[in-house]
Amino acid sequence: MSEPEITPELIASHGLTPDEYARILDIVGREPTFTELGIFSAMWNEHCSYKSSKKWLRTLPTTGPQVICGPGENAGVVDIGDGQAVIFKMESHNHPSYIEPYQGAATGMGGILRDVFTMGARPIASMNSLSFGEPAHHKTRQLVNGVVAGIGGYGNCFGVPCAGGEVRFDPAYNGNCLVNAFAAGLADADKIFYSAASGVGMPVVYLGAKTGRDGVGGATMASAEFDDSIEEKRPTVQVGDPFTEKRLMEATLELMQTGAVISIQDMGAAGLTCSAVEMGDKGNLGVRLHLENVPVREDHMTAYEMMLSESQERMLMVLKPELEAQAKAVFDKWDLDFAIVGETIAEDRFHIVHNGETKADLPLKTLAGTAPEYDRPWVETPPAEPLADVPNIDPIDGLKALISSPNYAAKQWVYEQYDTMVMADSARTPNIGSGIVRIHGTDKALAFTSDVTPRYVKANPFEGGKQAVAEAYRNLCAVGARPLATTDNMNFGNPEKPEIMGQFVGAIKGIGAAVKALDMPIVSGNVSLYNETDGTAILPTPTIGAVGLITHTDEIIGTEVREGHVALVIGDTSGHMGQSALLAEVFNRIEGDAPTVDLEMEAKHGAFIRDNRDMIKACTDLSDGGLALAAFELAEASGVGVWLDSDDTAMLFGEDQGRYLIACNFDQAEALMLAAGRAGVPIHSVGKFTSDAVWMGNTSTASLAELSEIYSSSFASAVA
Amino acid sequence: MHAAVVVFPGSNCDRDLAVAFEQAGARVSMVWHKDTKLPDGVDIVGVPGGFSFGDYLRCGAIAANSPICREIVSHTDKGGFAIGICNGFQVLTETGILPGALLRNAGLKYICKTVGLKVETSQSAFTNGYNAGDVIDIPIAHHDGNYFAEDDVISQLKSEDRIAFTYTDTPNGAKADIAGILSSNRRVLGMMPHPERSADAGHGGTDGVALFRALSGALSLA
Repeated sequence: MSEPEITPELIASHGLTPDEYARILDIVGREPTFTELGIFSAMWNEHCSYKSSKKWLRTLPTTGPQVICGPGENAGVVDIGDGQAVIFKMESHNHPSYIEPYQGAATGMGGILRDVFTMGARPIASMNSLSFGEPAHHKTRQLVNGVVAGIGGYGNCFGVPCAGGEVRFDPAYNGNCLVNAFAAGLADADKIFYSAASGVGMPVVYLGAKTGRDGVGGATMASAEFDDSIEEKRPTVQVGDPFTEKRLMEATLELMQTGAVISIQDMGAAGLTCSAVEMGDKGNLGVRLHLENVPVREDHMTAYEMMLSESQERMLMVLKPELEAQAKAVFDKWDLDFAIVGETIAEDRFHIVHNGETKADLPLKTLAGTAPEYDRPWVETPPAEPLADVPNIDPIDGLKALISSPNYAAKQWVYEQYDTMVMADSARTPNIGSGIVRIHGTDKALAFTSDVTPRYVKANPFEGGKQAVAEAYRNLCAVGARPLATTDNMNFGNPEKPEIMGQFVGAIKGIGAAVKALDMPIVSGNVSLYNETDGTAILPTPTIGAVGLITHTDEIIGTEVREGHVALVIGDTSGHMGQSALLAEVFNRIEGDAPTVDLEMEAKHGAFIRDNRDMIKACTDLSDGGLALAAFELAEASGVGVWLDSDDTAMLFGEDQGRYLIACNFDQAEALMLAAGRAGVPIHSVGKFTSDAVWMGNTSTASLAELSEIYSSSFASAVA
Repeated sequence: MHAAVVVFPGSNCDRDLAVAFEQAGARVSMVWHKDTKLPDGVDIVGVPGGFSFGDYLRCGAIAANSPICREIVSHTDKGGFAIGICNGFQVLTETGILPGALLRNAGLKYICKTVGLKVETSQSAFTNGYNAGDVIDIPIAHHDGNYFAEDDVISQLKSEDRIAFTYTDTPNGAKADIAGILSSNRRVLGMMPHPERSADAGHGGTDGVALFRALSGALSLA
């Protein structure tokens, strides 16, 4: 079969600019073959090459005594003591999920789980940060139902507990939903597997599911804006098979124990191309592949298709040849394909041979290392206009408005579709705040949270970036965990627009400042750009996934609030209403600046919570929705009421940062007041927990039953 | 008590069940689905939850034709004890060891949450740690837990006191609110809820502990 002629149209359809093509000609020294063009497009698209973001990502703090391996491998590796490590990452599957919600979200789960177990870790927790368009938009219901079912369908079968996540709605996501999947795994710190190949003439082995035509060109699709032709892109979405993934995980972990693995890499975006180049590049070796040996599930697949297929549940490994029989036996046991498809070579070439014919012959180092890198022009986001007056409203009406919105209503409809308890170590399943998973067979546990407030980031990218990290920090501290490290999933619009690039740069700077001040280095992450449809961008959404360590499960701060408990707030409240939930949901006003985050204060208040956890019955951070929403959520979770001693709108719904709400008994409250005085931490008594009604001030009230009903039913009535 | 926990390639509650058995004092052997023999001296076979073969074809249908299932049938035919939880219950109905079938949940969605179960009978090695009428909190996690059997089968289960557990508020459409049933010799229990997820105060509560303790007590004497 003859290959298509290389024309300007073909080049453009591969997402390559004329400048980029000129560089290719320069590198190859001749016109590339069709397969070579495909390989370049796969390696150089935004999704794989980070060409717009690399310059800025390099500025992020990524090191610390707790970090075993930062960004650059499949996932970040962090020390949790006793010779153990937690391995985690968050990754987006936004474009595929919008085109085909079930499979897009499912394969997003598959990809992130593979990133974790590729490194030798058994996944122990997952989270999902989801952003959808407004509930009334005609696509939203289908997307929510499909995405949630897809995540559940994959994760439940695979057998990893969901520990938390976020679900938000905003018209800015009408044309581009966000599906950010997080996974964390556990491994022995001295048994981590990396992707760098070593040794010449070592067999390159293909593991897992067979290769089909699904996903050909997927990474290129994920690096472009959408327009009304997106329906035609459906065939570029891969189809997931969680049962194969589960077997691939078990077989991979078992294989690693045999000592046969020199290096290993999962086949994610741009499949065989990316994984083979990565292993060769990191090991300073060339790679030759014989494509006729690749297990395929469709007839007459071309070299181009095999090299660009994004079929799921596949891995590539460099094997110790003397242990081939043992390695193959493991894959036979799990009924998975195991095929030697190539070898490492001394020459710096990426040499693709199909039935004896050379289909590509490229300099491997150059292919991996010289992807274009752009210093995109950017403009600073202009300062927000000052906020006009916000009228006082009846606080219970305000609370009802918030909890009637799917943004602030309870999310059981989502989390009940995920297995949150498999592996039987879920100390806290998704509710308010962090999820907690015990480390099996030890007294330790890990806390997980995922946070960002996109409205803040839009108004003020720097403060918004800081706030996302600070909120994650608070959510970890509020359960008694020591924040360890962070993964970032940067979702933005088209980086070729200076104002979008300005959002990105501002958010990166804010995140960098916060992870440094709060000692939560970035150990992994992912960038998703071009989240625009017909020129309209999403809200800038730098999702922060964070992990905290609990050294003994006895140190977990509980959740049980009783009638008579005192309500205390750590931190001062000035009543910051700019970009607040109340302003958006009640007044439909997206105005004002994001709240300012004082990082020194965040660190101090977080340490106070952790140091005094013995005196705290329950704790939650104050974030969007302010004290009113946090107090209601904390009370509702225990089936009690709450009385707050203020009826002032700004005091109740303001979103000042650095604050926590604590429930404790009277004696503990006295002790906490003293401790706070000594530590120089502001502490305020704001009310108490009661039997069965919510009061704000002395006249505004509703029964717990009425509010609970609204809170628990609003999500499903909006989107189910 | 020596318990064998069967491992299919897609089992994912195998470890959880083994831990619950061990906490009740059992010695546990993990048994691979391709094995053609159960370990010697096994008192009870546990068929765990998960997605044995990805729930392809029908939940439990492919598993029911695996080599180990022939051994499980022969074990129960000889009066051996067995417990099937969630996917394990589906496997036991597919092998014919227990009657009925598990259909897709009435709401067509996967459900993971803790539900109330009423103990319908204390007359079995599995349930004699409870009193009939007790209400216990046990998690469920399934997409296909909607128990179905013909009316005459349901009547027979009722008349023979073989309904072990019913839901207090049926989440999945199960006929007669059935959450778990016993074999006619009362030595095989199949249930959709996960007692092994409620056998530890640090995870999911402790209402399932009595089941494993009762079993251990009964089988250690045997």
